[in-house]
Amino acid sequence: MLRVQNLGVAYKEYEAVRDVNFALCPGEWLMLVGPNGAGKSTIIKAVSQSLKYKGEVTLDGQDISKLHARQLAKKMAVLQQSHAVGYAFTVEQLVRFGRYAYKSAFSRVDTQGERLVEEAIDVCGLSRIRHQNVLILSGGELQRAFLAQAFAQDAPLLLLDEPASHLDMAYQQTLFELVETWRRHDKRSVLSVVHDVQMARRYGTHALLLKDGRVTASGAVDDVFTREKLQTVYGMDVNAWLSWLHAPWLDGQTGTHSV
Amino acid sequence: MSKTSKTIDKSLTLKKDAQGRFSGNARFLRIAGFPLLVLVSVLVCIALGSVPVSFSKTASILWGAIKGQIFTGDVEATIILTVRVPRVLSVLLAGAALSLCGAAMQGLLRNPLADGATLGVSSGASLGAMLAILLGVSLPGVPLAGSAAFAVLFAFLSLVMVLSLAFALDRSLATSTIILIGVIYTMFIGSLMSLLIAFSGTKLRSITFWTLGSLSGTNYTDVLFLLVTLVLCGGVLLNQSRELDVFAIGEENAHNVGVSVRRVKLTVMVFVSVLIGVTVSVGGTIAFVGLVIPHIVRFIVGPSHKRLLPSSMILGGVFLLYCDLLARTILSPIELPLGVVTSLIGAAFFIVILARSRRKAA
Repeated sequence: MLRVQNLGVAYKEYEAVRDVNFALCPGEWLMLVGPNGAGKSTIIKAVSQSLKYKGEVTLDGQDISKLHARQLAKKMAVLQQSHAVGYAFTVEQLVRFGRYAYKSAFSRVDTQGERLVEEAIDVCGLSRIRHQNVLILSGGELQRAFLAQAFAQDAPLLLLDEPASHLDMAYQQTLFELVETWRRHDKRSVLSVVHDVQMARRYGTHALLLKDGRVTASGAVDDVFTREKLQTVYGMDVNAWLSWLHAPWLDGQTGTHSV
Repeated sequence: MSKTSKTIDKSLTLKKDAQGRFSGNARFLRIAGFPLLVLVSVLVCIALGSVPVSFSKTASILWGAIKGQIFTGDVEATIILTVRVPRVLSVLLAGAALSLCGAAMQGLLRNPLADGATLGVSSGASLGAMLAILLGVSLPGVPLAGSAAFAVLFAFLSLVMVLSLAFALDRSLATSTIILIGVIYTMFIGSLMSLLIAFSGTKLRSITFWTLGSLSGTNYTDVLFLLVTLVLCGGVLLNQSRELDVFAIGEENAHNVGVSVRRVKLTVMVFVSVLIGVTVSVGGTIAFVGLVIPHIVRFIVGPSHKRLLPSSMILGGVFLLYCDLLARTILSPIELPLGVVTSLIGAAFFIVILARSRRKAA
């Protein structure tokens, strides 16, 4: 179980995150939701040990700041929003990087790893492009390749930092469905930053509403995503706006605008 | 898809095909071709020079020397064994060391233009070696120790300084920023060296040696010095192959899959500095070998550092052998500094790479 206690992150004078507390149990998908600058990505970076923080982050009772990078990678995989690969590695090689923590310089065979790499490539629909140069992949294909890398890492916890914000709808659906299937298998947990409240409500089991680096509401998704709580955080009637957005706007075959 | 993106895709697909097509040949090259290439090149470069010696005579002299034969009064044997063999071996080792450093730095920084010369590390090492001579820093009985130690120290400081400055200006460490800082730093070091030359009087008469680079006059002590350094530092750098591969996905992603980013960065930077420092202390600044060779090798064996690093060492050594052969034969009996030849080739290559990367970015 991931437990975050009194988490605080400051960039010089500016306190990006303060007094954040939450716990994430196996099988749960916790959504970090809030407006820009609320501190969502900062929390992901702190938990993944990519920046310095105050407070305590423990995984199964172990302080993760004390863990070696290899040990941490076996417990936690991270998928970022966008990626830039330096050289022309193939998709398969990129996915295999996910096994780095399991192989030492002297161990040659990682049978279990090979099976996981194959599974990840297959599950993420990358078989057709496994020998393709990653430099020529589309944004969606590259994100799927990195997701496969995270799956190959075989960690019980997955952190997602706005993983689909620059993807089209089809890729967004594929990515979230893949993560959902992965989570349900072996009761793994997911901590993610998502901008789309509806997506967060659909896929998340729990949510944390953030504003100005502080938690304003937390709990099961249906308890958190209420009209009042969302209005407090976003300063607008989110439900009304979403209803307006999703109102039928084409009248059958005529294509007449009806809003 | 637009016409432009189609063109880019096509060119990249061709590159990918080429990578696939080369893979079989590359395996053959690594196993049989590379050792043969080194042997033949060494033999050619020992035989050719201002006093040409036939290949069969060269081979018999070398074979005789290996068996312990003493050649008294044989001028050709004396030239080969006391002048050419140590020079050719020094050139081979220096080329291997510089190429290895270039490949390792390009992997670490995800920057195909990184090299000891473009980052100002070689210039820094030259300044260190000059200062050691000027200050009279030396160890009794170990002629190269003072200048080598200063060259290594200044190479490391230069690398840290250039990367820190680049990071302060641009946290993404973009190629253009690093190269710009490297160029400015090299100019700054160049002016410091000019100052030293102006005030050093006769003490630094042969100062052009440090700025132009040459391995003429090297002896077996230099060969041993280079060999030991290359074996030790090269071993450590080759051992970082997997980490350098993973660095291709960025430092944060590398950390997320389990790489100790700081340890790897420090290891590569320290051992690259030692290798460049020692090479500069023996042969001065020999620019662009570390830029040109890893680029060519990447096309042959692909981006994986497990193959890229050793292949770069071998081809870098061979490349420098022929550059040195050109330097000492093209205007014979006048000898060109080796650094001039590599700079001429490297500068042209640098422009081609830059143009290609600009086209890709566009």
